[in-house]
Amino acid sequence: MNTPGSVSWEPTAAQAIIDELKSKPGALLPILHAIQNRFAYVPEEAVALIAPALKLSRAEVHGVISFYHHFRTHQPGRHVVEICRAEACQAQGSRALEAHAKSSLGVDYHGTTADRAITLEPVYCLGNCSCGASVRVGDEIYARMTPESFDELVDGLRTERLEVLS
Amino acid sequence: MSAAMATRIYIPSDTTAKALGADRVARVIEATAKEQGVELEIVRNGTRALYWLDPLIEVDTPEGRFGYGPVTVKDVDSLFAAEFWSGETAHPLAVGLVEEIPYLKRQQRLTFSRAGVTDPLSLSDYEAHDGYKGLRNALKLEAQGIVDAVKASGLRGRGGAAFPTGIKWQTVLDANSPEQQKQKYIVCNADEGDSGTFADRLVMECDPFMLIEGMTIAGLAVGATQGYIYLRSEYPLADKNLNAAIESAYANNLLGEDILGSGRHFDLEVRVGAGAYICGEETSLLESLEGKRGLVRAKPPLPAIVGLFGQPTVVNNVLSLAAVPFILDKGAQAYADCGMGRSRGTLPFQVAGNVKQGGLVELAFGPTLRELMFDFAGGTRNGRPLRAVQVGGPLGAYLPESQWDTPLDYEEFAKVGAVLGHGGVVMFDDTVDMGEQARFSMEFCVAESCGKCTPCRIGSTRGVEVIDRIHAGQNVDANLELLSDLCETMLDGSLCAMGGMTPFPVQSAVKHFGEDFVKHSTSEHLNSVLEEA
Repeated sequence: MNTPGSVSWEPTAAQAIIDELKSKPGALLPILHAIQNRFAYVPEEAVALIAPALKLSRAEVHGVISFYHHFRTHQPGRHVVEICRAEACQAQGSRALEAHAKSSLGVDYHGTTADRAITLEPVYCLGNCSCGASVRVGDEIYARMTPESFDELVDGLRTERLEVLS
Repeated sequence: MSAAMATRIYIPSDTTAKALGADRVARVIEATAKEQGVELEIVRNGTRALYWLDPLIEVDTPEGRFGYGPVTVKDVDSLFAAEFWSGETAHPLAVGLVEEIPYLKRQQRLTFSRAGVTDPLSLSDYEAHDGYKGLRNALKLEAQGIVDAVKASGLRGRGGAAFPTGIKWQTVLDANSPEQQKQKYIVCNADEGDSGTFADRLVMECDPFMLIEGMTIAGLAVGATQGYIYLRSEYPLADKNLNAAIESAYANNLLGEDILGSGRHFDLEVRVGAGAYICGEETSLLESLEGKRGLVRAKPPLPAIVGLFGQPTVVNNVLSLAAVPFILDKGAQAYADCGMGRSRGTLPFQVAGNVKQGGLVELAFGPTLRELMFDFAGGTRNGRPLRAVQVGGPLGAYLPESQWDTPLDYEEFAKVGAVLGHGGVVMFDDTVDMGEQARFSMEFCVAESCGKCTPCRIGSTRGVEVIDRIHAGQNVDANLELLSDLCETMLDGSLCAMGGMTPFPVQSAVKHFGEDFVKHSTSEHLNSVLEEA
C-alpha cells in the first residue's frame, strides 16, 4: 500500500488502471491509490488522465489529492519512513525520536535525504499503541523504537539498496 | 510421520506481534524444527493482545494451551533444548496455561473470544468457534426481528458517540416503503484514528469473519445489499486479511447474491482511506467514500436517511458490527446481562502509552479506570509514577489521579467532563509536560481539520499560537483567558467533534495540570482556575 516503486511514468499503464476502476461508485480514491501504488506518487500527468475519465475538472482531482496526507505529488525517496507522532507514542519517547530522526537524516518532515534513500513523514497512529514508539516503512511496522534502533533501521535500509545494486 | 502426530503450536501474526519480531521467530522455529526432526504444526493465530508477552508462543496440550513469551529469535535454541513442544517446562519464558493468566482470565471476552485462539483466515476454524451461527439465526428472522434483537441488547455505538445501534438500524429500516426499493448501504467505519486504540485493528486482523458476519446481518436487518468497510491506510495487514476473508466468504456463499441458499443478497468491499483523521467522522467518511475531499456534512439530514450517494445508510463502528454476531447467536439478553446502567455489554479497553502490561482488556462496563491501569496493566512500563491519562483518543480529556476512581461507563465519564470514546487509555509518567500535550492537541487539529468551519480551522491555529505565548511567559493571565474563550468558541461553534472536542484535552490540561503552564509565569488567573477545580 505504501511501498514506493521505482517504476517510471507510463501513460498506457495509468490509463489501464483508470479504465479498470472508473466505473466503481466513488472511484477516485481507489484510482489514486492504484496510481500511487504503481508509480510511488501521483504525477501531474495522471491527473490529466483521471479528470476526464471521471468527468471531473483537474482542479477537483487536485483538491482531493491535496486533502489527503497519504497522496503525494512528487517522487519520494527509495524508502518512506513514517514516525508516529500521536499521544501513545509521545508517552514512549517519540518526541525525542522525531527530533533525532530529523537531525540525523538532515531533513524535516516531508523531506527526502540527499542520497534519495529516505523520505521522512509523520503519521498519526499505526495502532501499535501498547508498544511505541512506532515507525512504519512500507508495510512493515517497527515497535519500541529508540534513537539507536532508528539508526540501525536506517542503516539497514540504506545497505539493502547497496546489496541490490552490487 | 503423519501430520496428526505433529504437535500444534501457535505463533501470533497481528501487526504488533509482527512488529515485535513474530515472523522472524516463526521462520527460525520452523527451520530449527526441520533441522532437529521435531514434528511441529505451526498455526499463525491472531494475538491474545497481551502485548508484554508477545510474541507469545502457545503449545497445544491436553490441559489447554501452554505459553512462552515474549519469545525472540535468541530464545529459540533454549526453547528447543527444553523441548518446549512437550507442554509445561521450566523454561524461563514459560507463562503457564495461557487462559489461566489473570490478565486474560479476569476479562469478559465476548467480542474477542476468538482473538488469538483461531487462525484468522480459516473459515472452518471460525465456524468451529461459533462463527456464522448468528447469521444462520438472522436468516430465520424478519428484518424487524433482527432490529429488535439489537435494540434489546442495549448495544450502543462503539465508535465514541455511544448512540443506540438498534435505533439507528430502525431508522434505516423505516427509511422508505418497500415499493420505493431504495438502494441502502451498510458502511463500517474502520478509520480507527484515535491514538491509543487498536481494538478495530484486532478485529480485522485476528477475526475478520466476525466483522463480515456482523455487516451481513446488518444488511439483512435494514434491507441493504451493499456494504463498504472504510479502512484507514495505516492498517495494511487489516486490508490484506479482510480481503482474504471476504474472498473466502464469497467462495462459500456467505456473501453474494444467494447467502447460504436463502436468496438474500449482500455484497461487501473494502475501501482504503488516505490518511485523514477527519474521515473517522461519519459524514466526512461518506464524502470520502464518494471520492471527494472529506469535508464534514451538516446534520440533518442524518446519514440514516440521506447517507452514501444520498441513500439511507447505516454507519457503524467496527466494534458495534462485531458485537452483532454474538447478540444474534447467544441472544440479546446474554449481551445485555453485562454492564452497568445504560452502558450494556462489554467494551474492549486498550491500554497504551507508557504501560507495563499493555494490551486489550475486554470488560463489562463498571470497573474503575484505576483498576484497569494498575490491576490489569501494572502501572507504567518504566516504573515512574503515573501522572496523566488520556482516555478516548486525541479529543478526550486528560485525567489526573483524583479522577482515576471513575467507573468505566459512558455516563460516569461524562459527569467528570471526560469521554470513554472508543476505549483507548493512554498513560503518561511524571515526565510529561502537559503544556506540550495541550499544544499538541491544537496542533493535531490544525493538521486534521477538514477546514469547513471557522472555529475548527482557524481556532486551532490561534490555539497553538496562544499556547506558545503562554509558554513564552507573555501576558500569561490574558492569554490563558483568551485560550479559555477560544476553547468555548470551538466547543460551541464547530460543526463536528473535531473542533468541538479538541478543547477537551486542552481545558483538562489547564484545569488539572495548571502547574505546567504556570511555571512560565506567576499567574493569578490560573491560580483562580485551579482553585475552582
